[in-house]
Amino acid sequence: MSPSLPCSRLERWLLLIAVVAMLCVAAAAHAQTFPKLTGRVVDDAHLLSQQQVDQLTQLSQSVEQASSRQLVVATIPDLQGYPIEDYGYKLGRAWGIGQQGINNGIILIVAPKEKKVRIEVGYGLEPIMTDALSSMIIQNDILPKFRAGDMAGGIIAGASAIADQLKAPPDEAEQKVVAAANAQRQHQQSSDGGGVPWALIFWLIVIGFMMASRFSHGRRGHRYRGGMWPIFLWGSGFGSGSSWGSGGSSWSGGGGFSGFSGGGGSFGGGGASGGW
Amino acid sequence: MKFRTPVMLAAALTLGACGINSIPTADENVKAKWADVQADYQRRADLIPNLVATVKGSVQGEDKILTDVINARAKATSIQVNADDLSDPNKMAQFQQAQGQLNGSLSRLLANVEAYPQLKSQDNFQTLMSQLEGTENRITIAIRDYNQAVQGYNTRIRTFPDAIGAKVFYGAKPKVPYQATTPGAQNAPTVDFGNMS
Repeated sequence: MSPSLPCSRLERWLLLIAVVAMLCVAAAAHAQTFPKLTGRVVDDAHLLSQQQVDQLTQLSQSVEQASSRQLVVATIPDLQGYPIEDYGYKLGRAWGIGQQGINNGIILIVAPKEKKVRIEVGYGLEPIMTDALSSMIIQNDILPKFRAGDMAGGIIAGASAIADQLKAPPDEAEQKVVAAANAQRQHQQSSDGGGVPWALIFWLIVIGFMMASRFSHGRRGHRYRGGMWPIFLWGSGFGSGSSWGSGGSSWSGGGGFSGFSGGGGSFGGGGASGGW
Repeated sequence: MKFRTPVMLAAALTLGACGINSIPTADENVKAKWADVQADYQRRADLIPNLVATVKGSVQGEDKILTDVINARAKATSIQVNADDLSDPNKMAQFQQAQGQLNGSLSRLLANVEAYPQLKSQDNFQTLMSQLEGTENRITIAIRDYNQAVQGYNTRIRTFPDAIGAKVFYGAKPKVPYQATTPGAQNAPTVDFGNMS
């Protein structure tokens, strides 16, 4: 970079900004990352067969339908050097397992590399799924199978024991969520045929406007400028304009495995861990 | 008269930008997080009588350390920090020291208990240990959340534009983060292999 160039100073500044930006990106990349919440069973460490994943998914679905409690099984290939207690509650918060405000989520976390297992219990389930009970499930149901090398068997036994305990009658707040979800499902079923496709109508109107403005500008050579708009709107509008929004609740109501997401619950360190 | 509405609107917007709402919000957040910290410490204090009784039942000759734990617990539960005193470093230091002392005597007790396998194999004791572990874990997280809330609050009252509102309306003072250290943690532990057989 020769100093005689008039823009060398600017270039230097740009270089500095670029370096700083790169450092920022590097710092961000260093922060703790979590696997993606791909469903009720996140088997990133590949300990389960497809059939077992389906079985656990079904189990979790039945729990959620009965009580709105969310049970997730996660196998983690690498805890990135964090203790499992530390990793667990952050994972729960990142995924937002459990309904918002009720915090009734549970994650069964298995880390085969570190040989650690943990039952992470959301704030709201701490009275039902106590630390002592979590510890007993780990010691009696999960660890004997893990020690014998039967990872999948231990996971299924542990998840079943947790699901049994989660059959405890839901409290008032949870009952409301269940009732709302049922009502919504019935509503969807009854309006499947005759419902008004508002999203479609909205987009038809938008496209109509686009066409109209394009025709009016068409003769003056502004075609491409007009043509930018629909793309932009389609891209940003799909999330909010589609018919998925269900009044603030992100519960998919057991409609299939594809739509699962956390309800926004939080965690505060309840549960127990064990190692083998 | 004609300009009254716009002027009031402008005033409201300006005040809003000075942290008239956001400072109390952050303040309440810190207080709530502090309540969590104290609740988790209380939970630990509630477990200790049970633990002491269980250990006493099957272990002889550890009376001194048991009394230590009981005394430390009594002292720790007697010191509480009011939500309005979170800006007072002295009170916070007292609280931290009392809890740290309890921490120390508790971990000494648990280390000594290692020598009694018949106690460790009791169901009752194992249950207590899992509860104690869970509680310690909760305390760690509650402290972390509290410190995060304190950081948010302190940053807010010291940065523009909320700093104006913090000075003019609230006289807000920075709050004290929790330093979870045990007494004497600044000294490296001395390791003595001399008396090992």
